[in-house]
Formats: sequence, C-alpha cells, structure tokens
Amino acid sequence: MELTTIWFVLIAVLWVGYFCLEGFDYGVGMLLPVLGKDETRKRQMLSAIGPFWDGNEVWLLTAGGAIFAAFPHWYATLFSGFYLPLLLILVGLILRGVGLEYRGKVDSPAWRARMDAMVVAGSLLPAVLWGIAFSNIVSGVPIDAQMEYAGGFWNLLGPVALLGGLTTLALFLTHGALFVALKTDGALRHDARALALRLGVVAAVLAVAWLTLLHGRTGTPLSWWAAGLAAAALLGGLALAARGREGWAFSGTFVAIALATTSLFLALFPDVMPSSLDPDWSLTATNASSTAKTLGIMTVVALVFTPVMLLYTAWSYWTFRRRISGHHIPTEVHHAAVEPQRPGR
Amino acid sequence: MEALDLARWQFGITTVYHYFFVPVTIGLSLLVALMQTQWMRTRDTRWLRLTKFFGKLFTINFALGLVTGIVQEFQFGMNWSDYSRFVGDIFGAPLAIEALLAFFLESTFLGLWIFGWGRIPEKLHAAAIWLVHIGTLLSSYFILAANSFMQNPVGYRVNPETGRAELTDFLAVLTNPVQLVTFPHVITAAYMTGGAFVLAFALWHLWRPGTPRTDAPMYRRAARLGAVVVLLAGAGSAISGDLQGKIMTEVQPMKMAAAEGLYEDVPEGEGAPFSIITVGTLDGREEVWALTVPKLLSYLATGSLDGAVEGIDHIQERYELTYAGAELTAAEDYRPVIPVTYWSFRLMIGLGLAAMGVALAVLWRLRGSATARDDREEDRPVLRHRLWGWAAGSVLFMPLLANSFGWIFTEMGRQPWLVMGLMTTRTGVSPGTTTGEVLTSMVVFTLLYGALAVVEVKLLLRYGRAGAEQVPEDASYDPADRDDDDAFVFTY
Repeated sequence: MELTTIWFVLIAVLWVGYFCLEGFDYGVGMLLPVLGKDETRKRQMLSAIGPFWDGNEVWLLTAGGAIFAAFPHWYATLFSGFYLPLLLILVGLILRGVGLEYRGKVDSPAWRARMDAMVVAGSLLPAVLWGIAFSNIVSGVPIDAQMEYAGGFWNLLGPVALLGGLTTLALFLTHGALFVALKTDGALRHDARALALRLGVVAAVLAVAWLTLLHGRTGTPLSWWAAGLAAAALLGGLALAARGREGWAFSGTFVAIALATTSLFLALFPDVMPSSLDPDWSLTATNASSTAKTLGIMTVVALVFTPVMLLYTAWSYWTFRRRISGHHIPTEVHHAAVEPQRPGR
Repeated sequence: MEALDLARWQFGITTVYHYFFVPVTIGLSLLVALMQTQWMRTRDTRWLRLTKFFGKLFTINFALGLVTGIVQEFQFGMNWSDYSRFVGDIFGAPLAIEALLAFFLESTFLGLWIFGWGRIPEKLHAAAIWLVHIGTLLSSYFILAANSFMQNPVGYRVNPETGRAELTDFLAVLTNPVQLVTFPHVITAAYMTGGAFVLAFALWHLWRPGTPRTDAPMYRRAARLGAVVVLLAGAGSAISGDLQGKIMTEVQPMKMAAAEGLYEDVPEGEGAPFSIITVGTLDGREEVWALTVPKLLSYLATGSLDGAVEGIDHIQERYELTYAGAELTAAEDYRPVIPVTYWSFRLMIGLGLAAMGVALAVLWRLRGSATARDDREEDRPVLRHRLWGWAAGSVLFMPLLANSFGWIFTEMGRQPWLVMGLMTTRTGVSPGTTTGEVLTSMVVFTLLYGALAVVEVKLLLRYGRAGAEQVPEDASYDPADRDDDDAFVFTY
C-alpha cells in the first residue's frame, strides 16, 4: 500500500476514535440538564466521564497533528477555510473543559448552574459543527487552483450540511445516553436507557437521510456498505437497549458511529478535500501529502506508540469500569469550596 | 490593521497566555510527584497534605493550560496556512508525535491520578503523577524541536519544484544545536516556576496570622523544598542560558546584537560591554546614561572576554545582500524591534535572579529545624515581617514573567523571520482569511481568556488561602482497605 494511503487510513482511524469516544462525553454533557434531575444525578453523570473526557479529546488533537504532518495542504486549506466553525469549536472546547474541571470547585448553586451551561454549550457546539464540517468536506467545497478555500461562512451551511450537523448531534446524544445507562445505577440508569431509545430512533432517521443524500452524490459501493452496516448497528444497538442489554447497546452505537465515519472517508478517498469548482483543483491524498520520508518516519512512530497508548487507555477504562451509584458520590465538600457566610444574611 | 498584524497579535496573546500555565504544569507536576513519593516513603501525613494541597492547585492550573493548548495547534492552520504548507513536511511531525506520545500520556494518567485516589493501588497512583510529569517533558521536547527549526532550520532541503521545505534528516531536527540548549533552558525555567509556586503559597501561610501553629512545620518544609528547587533550577537555567547565547550568536547573530542594542561591530580584542540598564532613546542608538559591565556581552556571545561581536547595522547590510532577492525572504528591515528585545532580555534575567534572591533569603531565614525562638512564639506566624508577605506574593510571578519575557525575546528577536533565513513572517499568513475573521477570533479569544483569567486567579487564591486540608493520621488509599459501596474519595 502507498504511504499516502496508509496515512489516509490512519487519519480516518483517529477521527473514528475521536467521534466514538468523545461522542459519548459530548452526549453526556448535553444531557446534563435533561437526565441530571438533581445534583447527585448530575454528579453521577459527570463522574462517569470524568477520568476519560480529556483523553478522548486528545484523539482530536492527534488527528489535527496527523493531518498537519501527513497532509500539510489538507491541514492548511481546511483550517484556514473553515475558519469560523473551527473558532466556534475551539470556544466550545474551552467552555466545556473549564466547566467540567471547575464545576465542583465552588459550592454554590449559581456557580454550578453557570458551569453546567458552559458544559452544555461547549458540548453542543462541536457535536453539531463537526457534522456540518464533515458533510462539507465529503460533498466538496469551493477550492481554487491555488488550493485555497474560495467560499465564505454561509457556503458551509447548506441543507445537507445542516442535516449532517443534526445527525452527529442526535448520534452523540444517543451514544451519551447509553453511556449513562451503562455507567450509572438506580433511576438515572433507567431514565437514560428510556431516553436513549427515543433519541436513537431520531438519530437513525436522520442518519439514514443524511448518509443517503451524501453517498447518493459521491458514494462508492464500499461506502454504501459501510453506511448500511452503520444503520444496522444502530438499529441493533437500539433493539438491545430495549431488552436492557446496555453494554451491547453502547457497543452498537459505538460501531454505528465508527462505520458512519468510515463511510465518509471511503466516499472521500482518494480525495481529501474535493473542489466543487473543478475536480482538477481537488486536494487528494497524493497532491496534499508530505514527502515519503516524513510519512515513513511517522508510520514507524505510529506503529510503535499507538499500541502502547491503546493499552493504557484500555487500562484506564478498565480501572473505572464500575457503575457509579448515588452513594458513591461523596457528600463532604472541600473546605475551600464552601462559600463564606456573609454576616447579616 | 491588516490580517497579518492581527494574526501576529493573536498569536502573541494566545501564546503568552497559554504559557502562563505551561511552566506551572511542568514544574508543579514534578513537585507534587516528589511530595507524594515522600509520603509513600515516610508515611508522614504532612507530605500527604501537601500533595493534596498542591495537587488541587495543579489541577486548577492544568485545566486552563489544556484548553488554551488546543487553540495553539489549530492556529497554525487557521491564521498561518502558507507557513503550514511551506514547513508542514517538517513541522507537522513533531506536533503529531507530541500528541501521540505526550498528550495521551498526560491526560490519561492525570485522569487516573485525580479520580484514582482509593481506586488504584497507592504505588500505581504515585506512578501516575510521575507519568504525567514525564508526559510534560516529552511534550516540551517535541514542541521545542519544532520551534528550534524556526530559529535554526536544519535537516531539510527546499524542493525547487514545489518551493516547499522537505525533511531530509529527522534526527538532525530532533538534535538541532538550538534545541539541545533550549530544552534544558525551558525545563529548568519551568522548574523554577513550579518551585516558586510552592514557595509562594508555603511562605504566605508561614507569614499569615491565621495559620494553625501545628501546620507551620509542614509549610516550612514546603517552603524549603520550593526554595531549593528555585535555586537549583535557577543555576541550571543560567548555565543553559549562557550556552544558548553562544549558539544564538552563531545562528542568529541579529538576535544577540538586538539583545544588547549593539549597532556597531566590536572587533576582536576590544571586548563588548553589556548594559544592565540604559537611559536614552528607545532604540538604544543614543544613550544618556548606562550601567554597564565591561566585556560581558563578548563573554555571553562568544565565551571569550575579548571576542568579536557583530553589530546590528553590519548584519542588516549583510542580510540585505543575501536575502532581498527572493519573495519569501525579502524584507525592508531585518532588525527586530530593538526596545522589545533589549528590555525583555533584561527582564527575563532580572526576574529570574530576583526569584533566586527570595529563595536564598527564605532558606537563610528558615535554616536549621524549628528554631527555639519560633517555639516560644506560640500562635503567632513564623515569619512576621511584612516583607515576607510581599515576598510570597511577588515570588510567584517572578519566574512566571521571566518565562514570558524569555519567549517574547526569542520570538520577537527572530523577526522579521518566521523561519530564520527561509521565510519571513509576512509570507506565512493565511492568504484566504479576511481581516474580519481574524479580528473576530482575536476579540473572542482575548475576551474569553480575560474572563477565564479572572476565574482562575480567584480559584487559585481561594484554594491557596484555604490551605492544606486535614487528613486522618492513618490515611490509606489502598483499594483493599475500602468497601465497594463507600463513597469515592473524589468525583466531579
């Protein structure tokens, strides 16, 4: 296989990892006001993603770095072209990271409400915007002969792209609800499972519509297969959720997101950013790539260190595998978090 | 202002801001790891309390370092796409490797450390914070290799067909002479910052009237640890900084001359002086009064008291002849902004030395064990003089700002180059992004970062003031000692 093809595949794998993993913590973040009916339930939900969300986000950073290293033109065109959506994604990631880390640092309802709002908004923005971005990447955007993005912000908000945003939103919500069902106990678990079923139906309808439109234009037999299997995995997961098999149901949405993402990359190949102006101006895995030297070095590094990273990531998930019940949430508050009593109140 | 100026301002603002958190993360992860290891060895709960206290402050700091770091990676593509195209073949690899090797390690093991109290065996838990620290070192190495390429490009060739720089020798990029002296300089400066952080909070508690008398030995211990780290790291920083000066003279003579504002060549044998401060015109051409150390600049630049140092004017002439012909390297002026390089260089050194001075004073004052005099003064702070309060408040910022000024010197001193000798900053900016887009993102980031700074400082002060939590004498975090239904030690 060509080195450029290997790196196309590796970058697809990184995006698959990012969406499958961070997808559920975006979902949990957005569902905070819905499923977190009281403070204990909110804390159960947040603690379920607590040890993982930061590591999940590194998949995005690695995907970004890998695109830069392996396909500098793809990185340059995509990041300078999709300027405002990326700015919004960055703002979202900043808000949710701070919200998650600082929420428990001050023991006051007003403070927590602010941080919750940041977590919700910060999870919503990337969940929607990545769907929009990928829809545009696959269906093509105006790119000129100099490999520069020649459209504006509103070009990116076509109907199919918006449908893509809603699809990733619904998929991540379902994925997140199933994660809560899998990782918590008590009434929260049951509410989460019931909600996942309802969200899942919406996600399935949206996903089928979006993937059909997208692959209808640019699909290949393989990408159709991947999309079809994604839909099957999603429906299978929902059926298992209905039977109370949360672990298998979560695996179902996990596989569905993985296959849906794979179908996008299959439809894309060998382009990495097709031009809607002239096919000759499209960025491809060949004309956007680094030299074979760089790709070769990166391949060795990836082959050696990715398994190590996967091992300790798996170990972390294994370590925190237990369901979190209400009684696991500590009631005592750090002495610095307590709001000082103001005299006269 | 044009998109170019705005993009430069945005890079400056977001990078200086991000770098307030980075040295604290690198330095404090080491100190917390040392504290936890001391607790494991001695089972002295004072070390455990310090571990938890500074660990809490560490996580408050880490959160902002993390979220502002993502902006850095995206920014190259968003605002500097032509630069990304030109050097992507070389510059992208260290960034990708940094994420794969370092960011996964840091974030996964920090998660294990924060949530792992009582849930993973104690030894593994202590190992987790050490791995976080190793992650910060790996991360520094790769990102500095990328930066060193910009200061002194090595291991590449420019492909005449594509006009892009291509990697020829990755090992050369990783062992760039600039990198080999910059990495120790940056790491020791980060250790100074971490040491000063611990010193500042411990000193403040020793000085503050409300600190329980029984806690004084614990804070004394922390203050001494912090002070020793500041001094050792400060010495390392001075030595590595000196080595950096020699390399800089070789590969970026303009930056060295700009550090002193030296316009005229100083020939072999005369010995160029170094001015501590100068009063004169801003660009330093005319001086009214200056406090100078004879021959010091020659020593800093060449290692010899009589070494020749090339002046700014001569280098400018030389660069015009060499570089003015090509689009990527042509510039009207090859001189950086001299007042910025001159003063940031001095502030870097001065603030670092000031931190070492405070550390030395604290060590002197706290020498010996608890002194007899302190024992008589029950229920009173150990250090009562108001100056110690000032020292506590200011020592926190000395190495932190020294780090900032050091980077401002390094990056502003490289101008007008983006990649020394290969590409000017002007030619690296994204051609397609509009002034409005860059302005929007600069305003958004500046406002957001400003608001977050307020929150962060409030939390740090709040947790810093509250002091170390009490823990039971026989505290154990071994999962075997816990019941499955017990509340976790920490959750969000």
